[in-house]
Amino acid sequence: MALLEIEDLAINFGGLKAVSGFSMSLEKGDLRGLIGPNGAGKTTVFNMLTGVYRPDAGRVLLNGKDIIGLKPHQITALGMSRTFQNIRLFKGLSVLDNVRIALNLTASCGVVESVFRFPKYYSEEKRITDKAEELLDLFKLGDRKNALASSLPYGEQRRLEIARALATSPKVLLLDEPAAGMNPQESQELMGLIEWINKEFDLTILLIEHHMEVVMGVCRRIQVLDYGVTIADGAPDQIKRDPKVIEAYLGEEVRDA
Amino acid sequence: MSNASARSSFAAGFLRTFIAPAVILAILYQAIVAAFGKNDYYMYVLTLSCMNVILATSLNLINGFTGQFSLGHAGFMAVGAYLAGSLTKFTHWPFVPALVVGAIGASLAGVLVGLPTLRLRGDYLAIATLGFGEIIRMLIIASDQIGLKFLEGPRGVMGITKYTSFGWAYLLAGISVWVLTNFIWSTHGRACVSVREDEVAAEAMGVNTTRYKVMAFCIGAGFAGLAGGLHAHFLQLLHPSSYDFLKSVDYLVMVVVGGMGSLTGCAVAAVFLTVFNEVLRRALELRMLIYAICLVIIMLTRPQGLLGGKEISLGAFKYLVPSYGRSRAGSGERGLT
Repeated sequence: MALLEIEDLAINFGGLKAVSGFSMSLEKGDLRGLIGPNGAGKTTVFNMLTGVYRPDAGRVLLNGKDIIGLKPHQITALGMSRTFQNIRLFKGLSVLDNVRIALNLTASCGVVESVFRFPKYYSEEKRITDKAEELLDLFKLGDRKNALASSLPYGEQRRLEIARALATSPKVLLLDEPAAGMNPQESQELMGLIEWINKEFDLTILLIEHHMEVVMGVCRRIQVLDYGVTIADGAPDQIKRDPKVIEAYLGEEVRDA
Repeated sequence: MSNASARSSFAAGFLRTFIAPAVILAILYQAIVAAFGKNDYYMYVLTLSCMNVILATSLNLINGFTGQFSLGHAGFMAVGAYLAGSLTKFTHWPFVPALVVGAIGASLAGVLVGLPTLRLRGDYLAIATLGFGEIIRMLIIASDQIGLKFLEGPRGVMGITKYTSFGWAYLLAGISVWVLTNFIWSTHGRACVSVREDEVAAEAMGVNTTRYKVMAFCIGAGFAGLAGGLHAHFLQLLHPSSYDFLKSVDYLVMVVVGGMGSLTGCAVAAVFLTVFNEVLRRALELRMLIYAICLVIIMLTRPQGLLGGKEISLGAFKYLVPSYGRSRAGSGERGLT
């Protein structure tokens, strides 16, 4: 049984077929790439998987449980977390609070216990804060924990977003263009980070990315979308040579008469 | 964490919300008495300030911390006032149970408003809550027609017993601020703030945004209802015009002047604006003009409010209370905004 099983997912936006017939099967520990030209529907797939959009057709099974129609926070609680293409941190809050908020779903102290400061409140706050600090240390953000999230440099904001997503203890992590706007050196570091998370947390990762060297470098298998349809699926070397993929990115080859 | 430090932090919380403001108010009161002589009117203004502190801080939970722009606070206040006032006048309930029922009734109204308006944001939500406040007021005015004749419609209910003293108002303001502070500096409070910061991201990080928005309305409206009950037993009168839209705006002004997302800020602003409004009575017709000009000046110089998102802390007092600094660091109560 695959950890994440996607079958024939489809969605239309007012007559426009944004995605159709999207299928994918992820086993535990997979590191899969999802690529395609701009507007191919990659982020739409993420939004359907995480409950932001409700697909018109298809099934998504996470750990054998159908998650279509669930709210985003319920899907997160079931073990699928994500980052965003255009970073969506809680900008006005501290780095530590960004991660602590993602630990809210693990909190076991109720409102009454919190308001009247039962011992449970203190133990839970301590557990949440310790866990958040541990994650920040792992992502080398420990010394920035009291800084405002918006004051971090771009690369660190990306790292914080991944740390925050991991705080929800996901089984599947969806990364939406984590290398966007990074220079070559930063994307090199990011590749190392993604591979490390994949092993360290024994996590299944689905990665959308435009930087070909990043995707080709870390993913063991890649699926290519164009106009919402899967046009290729295979190992990086295969994808690089696939004529349909080259056509989607570069246009059709002109044959000399 | 050990019980000893839990207790000391509890004591520090008590000191923060009850004793320190009492000392400051006492000094202020003594200074005013020394300067102008003793006068019941000063006590009246201070009592009014306490009620406004409850209203401003509870509105700040909804507007400032959870980011849900509400203009219906006077409506919640009216629910609490009419419930508590009717209970003591017509059924001769004691004061405290009547206040509690008033607060619970208002908080149910808060849930009622919270649920259908969940899909609305920003200005749309503001208009919907404004509409709610007016509906409550209109229902009271039309009480003759809807079979609640004893509410006296636009004539108002007179002869409510004067239970509200400065002591009651101060005690309940302290309790309100204490409860709201504890709520905000907890995982639930952080979840509310995450809704304000980025609803989509909050939801993706596992925060049940629907639950927290309704919770903010429920708690905020409950305290507004409590203040309404106090208000009714203070003026000894229930009248729909006491709870019109402009009242909601008054509390919103306190929140904005004090700082969206700063409890201490809006509490200080509530006291300051209440007193300032009374001082300006000497200026007669020019009162509202001067008041408005001052608001414009404050907003031009401090657009984020007097305190922005920061809180006044008792940092200066921490050397007097040895356990204070330690317990605060240990309980993880850091600035949230």
